[in-house]
Amino acid sequence: MKEYSIIGKPTRNVDGVAKVTGEAVYAFDMTLPNMLYGKLLRSPHPHAKIISIDTSEAEKLSGVKAIITGKDTPGGKWGLWRRFPELCDQTALAMDKVRFIGEPVAAVAAVTEEIAHEALDLIAVEYEPLPAVFEPMEAIKDDAPLVHDDFENNINTTRHIEWGNVDEAFKNADYVREDRFSLSSQHHAPMEVHNALASYDKGSKRLTVWASTQSPYFLQLGLADALKMREGDIRVIKPHVGGGYGGKNSTMPDSVNAALLSMKTGRPVKIVFNREEEFTTTEHRTAMDIAIKIGLKKDGTLVAKEVKLITDGGAYTGLGATTLYLAGTFVTFPYKTPNYRYDGVRTYTNKMWSSSMRGFGSVPAVYAAEIQLDRAANDLGIDPLEIRRINAMTPGYSASGEYTVESCGILECIDKMGKRVKEKWNDLGEDEGIGFASFAYMSGGIFNWIDTPYAFSGAMVKVNIDGTVELFTQASDIGQGHNTVSVMICAEELGIGMEDIRLHPADTATTLADLGAWGSRETLMNGNAVRAAAAEIKKMLVAVARMKLGENIVYDLVAKNKRIYLELRPERGFSYYELVKDAIKQNDGEPLIGIGHYTPHNKGMISPAYGMGIQAVRAKVDRETGLIEMKDVLVVHDCGQPINPPAVRGQVEGSTQMGLGYGLCENMPTDNGLILNPSFVDYKLIRSRDMPTIELMEVPTYEPEGPFGAKEAAEATTSPGAPALANAVYHAVGAEFDSNVLKPEKVLNAIRAKEQKGKA
Amino acid sequence: MKKELKFVVNGQTYDLWIEPKTVLVQVLRDELGLKGTKRSCDSGSCCACTVLLNGKAVKSCSILALQANGKEILTVEGLANGTQLHPIQEAFLDNWAFQCGFCTSGQMMAAKGLLDENPDPAREEIQLAMDGHLCRCTGYNMINEAIQDAAKRLQTQEEQGGAK
Ligand code: FES
Ligand code: FES
Repeated sequence: MKEYSIIGKPTRNVDGVAKVTGEAVYAFDMTLPNMLYGKLLRSPHPHAKIISIDTSEAEKLSGVKAIITGKDTPGGKWGLWRRFPELCDQTALAMDKVRFIGEPVAAVAAVTEEIAHEALDLIAVEYEPLPAVFEPMEAIKDDAPLVHDDFENNINTTRHIEWGNVDEAFKNADYVREDRFSLSSQHHAPMEVHNALASYDKGSKRLTVWASTQSPYFLQLGLADALKMREGDIRVIKPHVGGGYGGKNSTMPDSVNAALLSMKTGRPVKIVFNREEEFTTTEHRTAMDIAIKIGLKKDGTLVAKEVKLITDGGAYTGLGATTLYLAGTFVTFPYKTPNYRYDGVRTYTNKMWSSSMRGFGSVPAVYAAEIQLDRAANDLGIDPLEIRRINAMTPGYSASGEYTVESCGILECIDKMGKRVKEKWNDLGEDEGIGFASFAYMSGGIFNWIDTPYAFSGAMVKVNIDGTVELFTQASDIGQGHNTVSVMICAEELGIGMEDIRLHPADTATTLADLGAWGSRETLMNGNAVRAAAAEIKKMLVAVARMKLGENIVYDLVAKNKRIYLELRPERGFSYYELVKDAIKQNDGEPLIGIGHYTPHNKGMISPAYGMGIQAVRAKVDRETGLIEMKDVLVVHDCGQPINPPAVRGQVEGSTQMGLGYGLCENMPTDNGLILNPSFVDYKLIRSRDMPTIELMEVPTYEPEGPFGAKEAAEATTSPGAPALANAVYHAVGAEFDSNVLKPEKVLNAIRAKEQKGKA
Repeated sequence: MKKELKFVVNGQTYDLWIEPKTVLVQVLRDELGLKGTKRSCDSGSCCACTVLLNGKAVKSCSILALQANGKEILTVEGLANGTQLHPIQEAFLDNWAFQCGFCTSGQMMAAKGLLDENPDPAREEIQLAMDGHLCRCTGYNMINEAIQDAAKRLQTQEEQGGAK
């Protein structure tokens, strides 16, 4: 592998000192002079007509500056699926009816948060409750109440994928099995709640919003659609963000209502959700029921797969439609699937809507596929690693125009896992088991449902006379460390030190559009844009160096160690700083500006590249209590060229924590549409004490489409935790599961069922 | 009726008049502008708001500011010595013990409380002491490693006689 100066070297977080000294500013920390506090009045009904709203008493309260209801808004609808106007179904405040418990119906701005709160109690809303529907299978029945009148049978979207000859392949298979799984929702539970600060300038009629968002560009578009304004009149700035994990892609009522209230009062307005609002009225992982059928040859070769699934969409679309699409894709990964058929349905229900969450689509789909594969291996008497090895994709594998997988280290990952497990876990005790699950995910999506006319990512590099660099990019660091990655890539390309680069991130007014931090797109897509922008500058400097050297045109020059020199005669070259001065002087004083952009082309329909690997969980089950102890986790991982190894490890650790949480304890039970556990006391997250050790092994490959060979890193590792855990419990005590969240009662029941089966 | 609150925060004495029901985190963030201390649940269940009160970790959303009357508070802003970072901060940086950073001030303050009492904690002891500190980003292992690394750094510093 190539030796780089900066890429691949452990590097401190460029925002690190600000974060450990408490100086990093989050939207949550921001205030402006003369600022008002906004609060939302929310529906107590899952489905009801709004008969009337009386705000007169609330308006009399001293300190209240503005109250708005649906009829005071411009009525703009928005959503992330902008190519399909009918799926742009969100509104700032409910217009004529509410569709879930917690839907906002009025917004108040007051001089203090307490007064705003008090005002909410004084608003009288008369509702006429309507019959509601909560379960997807109920929702599609002909007599089900309609969540949206225009959507028959409450079907929000459908997706069909097919290749090969599935029926024929099943006929010829030696072994066929069908399983059903029911997967729960999960909340992102970021430590920073959703919040936004909006400031409308009455003079220029322009709006500025600071928000806890994963995509300033998406928020800018959402606000423009909601407020019926021009995008260019809205500036979105993303300060530091206290966690997103897929939960901060959509434009939510915090920012839209803060903007509306600011436009009405002429003062800055801030809306901060409380923790209960965060759990009950922000997006969560899509729950789904999956029927999955596979056909194999006796030797374990997969010949056919058929998947049908139905998702619990909730009241609006969000990124839920994309979840459907991705589940249908990643349920096949990372295995060669010659014949495949998929049908997915997303339903509207009267609940808070589901959307993207880390590994979206793939997490429930991989759960079903990886447990089923283990069962098949068991029936056929094949080792669980061997069945994965037999079917593993190889570099260049293509599935009928849907996707092509260039760099692909899954085979090496499986082999390495086999060796390490033998070495490290040769001392299994009683009621202990090992479970495996493979995983893969995209390096950003190719789809353009947001309908951007811009390149998917852009970056601009400006070089000052002293050689210092200003790097402008709209990419979003939401904690994953992308700011560090951008600076590393820029420095490597220019052959300079990171200390010479100042980053200006995530401001829609000063940077080129980037679609934001979702689907692990920033490293590959924004990384390519940053590298291309820096390469423009390098080209200018190389031209000056070449002229000064007067060398033959065929000689290559390199930029490294703050110099540009002849590759074969390193002593012949010039300092970077000297070349910058010369270049600016020669160019009539024009500063050096490089622009780069990236949009995937000719890469199929899903993603330009795929990260992947395999995980193993070692667990011990207490047969008396049903408690599971997670003892250790192994991860073998192919993320192409790791850009910043400790950041990659951090992503693996964090997503594994979320995946294990999904497997063990995280879900969101509801009763008639009411979420029952909206607090950190009742919503069980993996805590420090529950967390097993994780050993990470990288299998570096080179991804030709990525910057310096890099691709997706560790969003995919959200998927294997839950199925690997379930597989480990199966191997420990024989208990089988058809749903996630292995609470002790469930484990005990499964053990009993197994014992009964054994007796019968 | 406002009441007087006299206390020391990060070595600086303050004399304020506050509503008795005000919780400590409100005074720190809203009165003193020390926004490094975060609020995440406001109900004592995440520890993001942890500060040291007379050297002991407390959740500043769950105690009244007046309970700090006459006492000493240390927040994340008081951890470094000018531009010289505290060994805990250095260890958090080198071990990538944070990502989004929103839980980090609480984690570091609790780590300081722990290390002041137990200068060489085992992994299990750290897990136990830090159990209430939610972190949605890191998966905790790298925080635990940072705390062990910080313990070593503090020991070295002590041996060299420079520690406070
Ligand atoms: S904010 Fe104080 S414990 Fe959560
Ligand atoms: S670093 Fe993000 S919550 Fe801990």
